[in-house]
Amino acid sequence: MLTLLIFFPLLAAIVAAFSGKSAGKIALVFGIAEFAISIWMLLSFNPNGGMQFGQDFWWIKNLGISYKVGLDGISLLMVLLTTFLVPLIILSSFGREYKNPALFYSLILIMQFALVGVFSALDGFLFYVFWELALIPIYLICLLWGGKNSLRITLKFFIYTLTGSLLMLVALIWLWQQTPGTHTFDIAAFYNLQLTASQQGFVFWAFFLAFAIKMPVFPFHTWQPDTYVDSPTPGTMLLSGIMLKMGVYGVIRWLLPIAPAGIEEWGFTAIVLSVIGIIYASCIAIVQKDFKRLIAYSSIAHVGLISAGVFSLTFQGIQGGVLQMISHGINVVGLFFIAELISRRTHTNEMNELGGIRIHAPQFATYFIIILLASIALPLTNGFVGEFLLLNGVFQYNSTLAAIAGLSIILAAVYSLRAFQKISLGEANNRTIKFPELTLQEKCVLVPLIIMIFWIGIFPDTLLSIAGPSVEALQHSITRSADMTMIKN
Amino acid sequence: MIQLAWLILVFPLAGFFLISFGKSIMKGQSAGIVASLTVFASFILSALIFFSLPETPQNIHLFNWIQSGSLTIPFSILIDRISIIMLLIITGVGFLIHVYSIGYMKGDEGYSRFFSYLNLFVFFMLILVMASDYVFLFAGWEGVGLCSYLLIGFWFKNTEYNKAANKAFIMNRIGDLGFLLGIFLMYVTFGSTTFENVFSAASGYSSNQGVIVAITMLLFIGAMGKSAQIPLYTWLPDAMAGPTPVSALIHAATMVTAGIYMIVRSNILYSLAPFTLDFIAIIGTATAVLAALIAMVQTDIKKVLAYSTVSQLGYMFVALGAGAYSSSLFHVTTHAFFKALLFLAAGSVIHAMSGEQNINRMGGLRKKLPITYFVFLIGTLAIAGIPPFAGFFSKDEILSKVYLQHPTLFIVLAITSVLTAIYMFRVFFLTFYGTFRGTHDQAHHLHESPPVMTTPLIILAILSTLGGFLGMPAVFGSTNKIEHFLHESVSFPVAWSQQEPTHAFEWILMLTSVIILAIIIILTYRRFATQQILVSDNEGEQSTPVKLAYRKFYVDELYNSVITKPLNALSGFFYKSIDTKLIDGFVNSIGKGITSGSSFLRLAQTGYVGFYIFAMVFGLIAILLYNLVIK
Repeated sequence: MLTLLIFFPLLAAIVAAFSGKSAGKIALVFGIAEFAISIWMLLSFNPNGGMQFGQDFWWIKNLGISYKVGLDGISLLMVLLTTFLVPLIILSSFGREYKNPALFYSLILIMQFALVGVFSALDGFLFYVFWELALIPIYLICLLWGGKNSLRITLKFFIYTLTGSLLMLVALIWLWQQTPGTHTFDIAAFYNLQLTASQQGFVFWAFFLAFAIKMPVFPFHTWQPDTYVDSPTPGTMLLSGIMLKMGVYGVIRWLLPIAPAGIEEWGFTAIVLSVIGIIYASCIAIVQKDFKRLIAYSSIAHVGLISAGVFSLTFQGIQGGVLQMISHGINVVGLFFIAELISRRTHTNEMNELGGIRIHAPQFATYFIIILLASIALPLTNGFVGEFLLLNGVFQYNSTLAAIAGLSIILAAVYSLRAFQKISLGEANNRTIKFPELTLQEKCVLVPLIIMIFWIGIFPDTLLSIAGPSVEALQHSITRSADMTMIKN
Repeated sequence: MIQLAWLILVFPLAGFFLISFGKSIMKGQSAGIVASLTVFASFILSALIFFSLPETPQNIHLFNWIQSGSLTIPFSILIDRISIIMLLIITGVGFLIHVYSIGYMKGDEGYSRFFSYLNLFVFFMLILVMASDYVFLFAGWEGVGLCSYLLIGFWFKNTEYNKAANKAFIMNRIGDLGFLLGIFLMYVTFGSTTFENVFSAASGYSSNQGVIVAITMLLFIGAMGKSAQIPLYTWLPDAMAGPTPVSALIHAATMVTAGIYMIVRSNILYSLAPFTLDFIAIIGTATAVLAALIAMVQTDIKKVLAYSTVSQLGYMFVALGAGAYSSSLFHVTTHAFFKALLFLAAGSVIHAMSGEQNINRMGGLRKKLPITYFVFLIGTLAIAGIPPFAGFFSKDEILSKVYLQHPTLFIVLAITSVLTAIYMFRVFFLTFYGTFRGTHDQAHHLHESPPVMTTPLIILAILSTLGGFLGMPAVFGSTNKIEHFLHESVSFPVAWSQQEPTHAFEWILMLTSVIILAIIIILTYRRFATQQILVSDNEGEQSTPVKLAYRKFYVDELYNSVITKPLNALSGFFYKSIDTKLIDGFVNSIGKGITSGSSFLRLAQTGYVGFYIFAMVFGLIAILLYNLVIK
């Protein structure tokens, strides 16, 4: 069933590639079908059952590479996030004409194929293949449908992330060499390696740089704002909503259990970098004039908190990180959609040129502020539960760092409310005087997002309980391998 | 009956949804009527529960909200003697204000939106006082902050109002961060955030133990924001940008007392931290006197009342600081009556004056607005502390309790209560006595408000007259009902010796204050009713001390230059210098150096090496820093 889930989008991409003008609608139908499959898997998932839907057979036997996939609570949630968001992203693109739609939508579907693959892979090489595969369609989307400077910006993005992934490849091959007998890329074998502390330090840095660039963590973030602003909105949504979660997911699945001693040594550095990034990016968001760029920087801040929480290795930190990945995905896609609607209607995202939208489009303003409030973590929205658990986790690790990271809840209110005021409140001007109210199609994108915002805000337990046992198992394996390192040393 | 307590929450929430989604069906004033009825239903239910209240606190578990490892946060509500008092105030006074708003907001284009926000506010406020867990309480705490933001900026076309709304939200967030950190420390210390568990675990700690002091201080930071204490008080006067019923409900009677409620609720923790209590008493006193001084010279009727609220909140905090939790809650109650009354009466004046709020342009209104005049008089008598009106009993109780614990603060507070009487009678005489100083047009339109507005005023006037008898002290031969009612629910710092004020002291205090108040009334009458001496709005004509208080001691300007401007400068520096030039410039220079001699393919290859050097350099720096600085 999992293999079906992984390859179904690839099939969809092929169909879409040959369907000309109607590619968008076909992609949407396939996207919804994919979501239905993932829901079906959710219903048959047992949170206490460890890895499920597993499949394992040789791919390149001589090199110890196998097609090994499976889902636990954490990866299932990531897959669900992907299958939930992709149809919405496709639907959200219908208001704008994209040239060569067949290619556009099939690239989105290939992207989904790679993303589901990344979240399901349990073999190091397979993981790497999906990881790199995800880069190509998004690169092309940003390059071909992006703004004026797309060539320069996407090239930087491409080289930056490729550099990171090559480091990861080095680490994977090195780990492969350490496996006993005929070497293997099996994750279980990696988990059982008994590495010395200094070896783990090396693994930590190789993985960390790859993942840190992807998320991105300060100071590896400068590719991100330009890319987010310049890409076509569906591309930005894929990048920010799902793709950056590959980085955090990589940390949880590959970095923490393999190099716990590396974390012990370098985790503090990683958290400090994350916390600096939170404050730094929040401050920068305050002085932005372009709404899309503001969201881009606020996203760096949010991801910084996720990263800090995960590296705290506390239960609440990791579980909060998983939940916040979902919430952030939902909120950031919502915000970029709002930005897209504004630019479709007024042809600008410059906040100083906007204002008074609420007068003629009160519904638009209501949806906008709900998503904004979720992203500044108001209780009973999804953002609160995640940030509360994350900060709680960081606090258990180091209360001073938590207090500094916590400043972001103030700064986020500063830049978010300011943006809302400049865009929606005040008197209308020439650009906004005839701002049309939301169409039914646009509401179809926003309503599911809003429902999830409140659902996760009020009943987070429904998701937390899926991830809980897996987080526990993860923590268990971290302490176990940390113990082994200690014995060895 | 008590098992149905969750319905108290459901009614206003249902009202919110009905009004929000039924906008097209709700014609005329039906939104206001629906909103009022839902709050009234909650009031009736609260009253029924009050009369059948069991001896022990009742926990009603709804469902588990957050469950993460050993952290469990339930959605469960707690009904006990503290929460029932708050419930009655919120739903009772809230209902009256809803009814008043039906008339006040008539004809506003956002009429139904106003009532949906008001209902949502009541819902969150009820969560705040019914929660049985700090995190659940925090949900209500931030929820009321949201509604406050929405209602301050209710007339959203006005940029100044929007700025006031943002300021309120952000200042509250500063406090909320303290609150959150307090919750985290609580979880780390006691392993739970639920009242029951926290309080029973805390009993094992001794007085003034560091961690307890830290928790109580952090929670108090939250209270400073929500209840507008120094240094986080400047948002409240600005919050008067909202419609007047909002000022009455949120920024006088209910939300701003949330900080006091939270500390009363946590009295077990606070009694273990006399250090924090002393700190609270000092902050409260300073706030009370500072705000009273500013109120002396303000010319906007709502601003005077706003600073008066800040000042009265200060009183309540001093009471907390003296360990007199029940006295504080008593003052919360009477203040809810008379301050809601004063705000609504001021609203009636503003209504009659076609939106004018400056008392310099009022005068002689008692003939045109007889009911408003009469109820405003009662409100003034109550807040000034004239027997037998409500404020007299609650304020005297606080003063005598403070005298026992902090004699120095007592003197400051006593002076503040003199100031209170002066600024209130100043407003009262300038508004209702003397000659009319407004325009001809305004004079022409002067009219008493309709019964839908005056009826709530009259009821609140009755409550402000009789409310004090709830806490009539023993010196009059009766029992102090509120104190008795709360006796089991509040503790007292063990480190302090609990004394009762002697009857002789209480008599002296009361007689002195009555004599002083009588003198003040005579003097203010001569100065403001007969001579009509005004504070000019032209700063050139003000004497230096007046100007200082008129400009609110330049605190806003101070914050602007110490916090806002440096933050913006720092952010700009981060963006332009660090991000664009330093980091991105560095990254690009690697790329550029390589591009100059290579094809695209080779760029990808060598780019890797170049970056590897960058990574190594960065790693080396990180290692060095780590070893030098951190270890």
